[in-house]
Amino acid sequence: MKKSNIIMLIAALLPLGLFLFPLWKITLEAPQYPTPLGMYIHINDFSDANPFDIKNINLMNHYVGMKYIPDAIPEFKIFPIGIILTTILGLIIAFKGNYKWFLFWFVLMIVLCSAGLYDFYLWEHDYGHELDPKAIMKFTNPDGSVMGFQPPLFGSKDILNFKAHSYPRLGALFLGLGIASAFIAFLIGKKKTIKS
Amino acid sequence: MKKILNSSIGFLIIALTFASCNNGDSSKSNSALSSNAAEKVYVAPGQHDEFYAFISGGFSGQLSVYGLPSGRLFKVIPVFSQDAEKAYGYNEETSPMLNTSHGFIPWDDSHHPDISQTNGELDGRYIYINANNTPRIAKIDLTTFETTEIIEIPNSAGNHSSSFVTENTEYVVAGTRFSVPIPQKDMSIKDYKGNFKGALSFLKVNPDNGEMSIKFQILMPGFNYDLSHPGRGKSHGWFFFTTYNTEEANSLLEVNASQNDKDFIAAINWKKIEEYVNNGGGTKMPTNYAHNVYSDETHSATSTMIKEVLTINPIDVPGAVFLLPTPKSPHGCDVDPTGEYIVGNGKLSANLTVHSFTKMQDAIANKKFDGDAYGIPILKFEDVLAGSVEQPGLGPLHTEFDGKGNAYTTFFISSEVVKWKLGTWEVIDRKPTYYSVGHLMIPGGNSAKPFGKYVVAMNKITKDRYLPTGPEVTQSAQLYDISGDKMELLLDFPTIGEPHYAAGCPASLIEGNSKKLYKLAENKHPYAAKSDADTKVVRNGKEVHIQMTMIRSHFSPDNIEGIKVGDKVYFHVTNLEQDYDVPHGIAMIGANTSELLIMPGQTETFIWEPKQVGVWPFYCTDFCSALHQEMQGYIRVSPASSNLELSWSLGE
Ligand SMILES: [Cu+2]
Repeated sequence: MKKSNIIMLIAALLPLGLFLFPLWKITLEAPQYPTPLGMYIHINDFSDANPFDIKNINLMNHYVGMKYIPDAIPEFKIFPIGIILTTILGLIIAFKGNYKWFLFWFVLMIVLCSAGLYDFYLWEHDYGHELDPKAIMKFTNPDGSVMGFQPPLFGSKDILNFKAHSYPRLGALFLGLGIASAFIAFLIGKKKTIKS
Repeated sequence: MKKILNSSIGFLIIALTFASCNNGDSSKSNSALSSNAAEKVYVAPGQHDEFYAFISGGFSGQLSVYGLPSGRLFKVIPVFSQDAEKAYGYNEETSPMLNTSHGFIPWDDSHHPDISQTNGELDGRYIYINANNTPRIAKIDLTTFETTEIIEIPNSAGNHSSSFVTENTEYVVAGTRFSVPIPQKDMSIKDYKGNFKGALSFLKVNPDNGEMSIKFQILMPGFNYDLSHPGRGKSHGWFFFTTYNTEEANSLLEVNASQNDKDFIAAINWKKIEEYVNNGGGTKMPTNYAHNVYSDETHSATSTMIKEVLTINPIDVPGAVFLLPTPKSPHGCDVDPTGEYIVGNGKLSANLTVHSFTKMQDAIANKKFDGDAYGIPILKFEDVLAGSVEQPGLGPLHTEFDGKGNAYTTFFISSEVVKWKLGTWEVIDRKPTYYSVGHLMIPGGNSAKPFGKYVVAMNKITKDRYLPTGPEVTQSAQLYDISGDKMELLLDFPTIGEPHYAAGCPASLIEGNSKKLYKLAENKHPYAAKSDADTKVVRNGKEVHIQMTMIRSHFSPDNIEGIKVGDKVYFHVTNLEQDYDVPHGIAMIGANTSELLIMPGQTETFIWEPKQVGVWPFYCTDFCSALHQEMQGYIRVSPASSNLELSWSLGE
């Protein structure tokens, strides 16, 4: 097996790390929570950073009319299937394909991940803006518009008394390394092919 | 030049005189300023104290928890008395804890807490504490700081020489202060002598969960059994009890029980008696006592009456019980960390008497007895005496040890703590107390490993030490630094009730095990409603059971109709929160118990018997959230003759 194909094989397998490690983490800091509230986002589920954190995030958030973080959202069914399918495709390419296919898989993954991130943004936007009109507390921005409570897609942000942090975790690293490896496989494969 | 020198020297002398005058005038109130005492007790905001001190509440019946060195009060743990703050003894779940053979007794006099031990060192799992008046021993679980067991002691009266634990918490003891007829009967008090008995009870502790059961009771002669301590190290397997009134007087004891020059320390080889019992020894006697156990799963206590107790006549177990003559009306009975020295503080004696365990063993082996009392061999005073501290103060009561070969004894009459050296018996230091000190405590005191950093003195009288608050002023504890050669007074702090004894340990032993909440999924209370979907109101004749939930910031249901005058309404309320430090309360107008204060994941119950028609509110009593004030509801009460069906709702 050629070196580039071996790297492509690794590239195809790395995203499976998403089934072992969380993709993302959102952390909420506030003075009355010496241990911050936190929530991991996995490829197929949310989980508590500490026991009962999601329940307590929901309890806090209901004051401003935010929805309860659902036990399951449709994406949690689609994303795992997507990862499995792209891994299978990547494996086929690793065994059968040449460097052009490596580039194809790399571009495909970039497109799919961008779509995933956009979907995540939409969910966050909806979660932070679609507020219960009967909410106990209503806050407006300086311009008079209704304040949203959307957590940041990436980075840190002050939301009322909370400081929200949103950062990738180990699963995202596996995914990113996989995609990057496919590009390296493409470069090496291309170099070898042009030389010979 | 000389003139200037002279005058400046003169000035200096005057200044020094003034300074010393000042010092002299205010030495008492300024003594803390002369050193860095304030710094030594300062615990900055957000910082934790190094030690927990569990100080008994005496006639309050409770146990209070303080931090050392700050002296800050953290909690009052209800044990033998009802506590409206926490609904202890008021709600249906904890009321059985206060059940006894005399019925429901919502008060007692709590004296001596002791922390459980493993291999002679504190393990921070449980605290045991005695009830003096209606004899009981309670267990407090240190993961929750809640009372989880109370066992009544039959054949006992004035359960004073309690509740000390052996070095692996094999046993907790309950020694009677008053001797009484056993079994109780109607007889002339004048016939006390020779007829009354003193029961020393040994409660076996289950190593898995700390639960107690009375293994045996030794029926001793009719003396008063005052205090006790377990042997440890070389004397492990023995227990020592001070006695007074060996005269067996029954009236005007201040005179009649102070006639003998020496009373006794009773030395009990409990291992020998345990062996005798395990081989079928002892006599089962019919009796009746309560054993009350609280479960963290059902959040409820059950009370069981036990009908039998195993009694031991000490003369049936030769070599198990001996009497050590000790001058004069000894109070405290304290064993040093090595287990060699047994200090008997004769409160009417000028000297402190210290017995040697090794000498006691020799005397027993050589059968050097000086007669007997009711068949129990009496050892010779000179044969067991290790030494005595000569005239160290007036009215010695209790002794603790620092683990460095020093002992500290309190003197009630001369109001002081005296430090002396084991072995040489010389007095090293003395410090006044304010005033009339009883017990003292060094964290780890009743163990092989005292943490000899602080001593806490517990005072009976405070007079001018605090702002006056009417005829009754606070009782007080005082904290001394004992890390140096000389003791240094660091702090006064007020206490709850009359502090008798205390137990202390490093916070690090306990804080990691602290329980933050009860898991709702593990709630096995028969009337728990674990979600709003489980809530309901059910009528059963005149009884109505409401299964209600609470969460920030509402009750479910919050409107209830169909209750009638004359009903007995049970509120079973479950706190659905699963967040640390978010209890909710509930109180109902006209309820003659107390509010409930319900921890996250817990269910509690109170009974309300409406006597008037109307629409009556209930509300949350613990400021729980921004919408706490909105956390409320109504119950409609109709006439007894009403046919209105039960209905309940939330958000309609
Ligand atoms: Cu509340």
